[in-house]
Amino acid sequence: MRCAEFVELVTAYLDGALDERSHARFERHLRRCEGCERYLEQLRAVGPAVGALPPQPLPGEDRDRLLAVFRDWHEA
Amino acid sequence: MASLPADTEIVAALRAGDEAMFAALVDAWSRNLLWLARSYVSTDASAQEVLQDTWLGVLHGLGGFQGRSSFKTWVYRILINTAKRRGVRESRTVPWSSIDGGEPAVDPGRFRLGHWREPPAAWPSAEGEALVREAGEQLARALATLPPRQRAVIVLRDAEGYSADEVCELLGITAVNQRVLLHRARAALRNRVERYFVTMAGRP
Repeated sequence: MRCAEFVELVTAYLDGALDERSHARFERHLRRCEGCERYLEQLRAVGPAVGALPPQPLPGEDRDRLLAVFRDWHEA
Repeated sequence: MASLPADTEIVAALRAGDEAMFAALVDAWSRNLLWLARSYVSTDASAQEVLQDTWLGVLHGLGGFQGRSSFKTWVYRILINTAKRRGVRESRTVPWSSIDGGEPAVDPGRFRLGHWREPPAAWPSAEGEALVREAGEQLARALATLPPRQRAVIVLRDAEGYSADEVCELLGITAVNQRVLLHRARAALRNRVERYFVTMAGRP
């Protein structure tokens, strides 16, 4: 397997979506190629990092409008 | 993320008119809901209206919440239905299947005869939370500028923690589409972080 092919299969590999033969080829390449091992490790880190980003509050006026929707609903 | 109480408590508090609870949900969930809405409609303003209609729909439909899914998933479903209706009205009907499959995860110039010219450099940290400390701002900015459909999928998978099957079911897309969108999104974010670390390393 070439590195250019490997990098396209990482997400499928991490999801366990490769067929048996591709899975074996992928892991064989992984054992031999430090560059691809590093790419895998870095791509794998992106998911948890996205999960760890703090939530971003809405701009004040959009938030206020939603709270007004809630108040109107409750009073109705 | 600040922890929210159990679904039954959330629903009871909303019914009782607990505005602080509503505000907590709005603060915790709105950005991701907005981003998902944005993958169905063509402008940010439109997505904002979808968000408002969604919360209105959630409040009016509270009595119908049966706890078969989590409350958040139930809200997501209402958002998706609301956004789809709005997308149809805007005649923005590009199907999710006609997505970019073309661009590679890694710049082809990085390879020679299919192998790395120069393997990727090690990062100061390649572990989720430490990566956020080092490059959180770059990640957040890259996420904000992803194509909306890629962003919707990576947010559902990696921020909300839904499985691949659940995302396919929620969005009504195939396993292959889901994977292509997720892969493009993660690869774009990785590339952004890589560029940032390379720039930092090049500084005296």
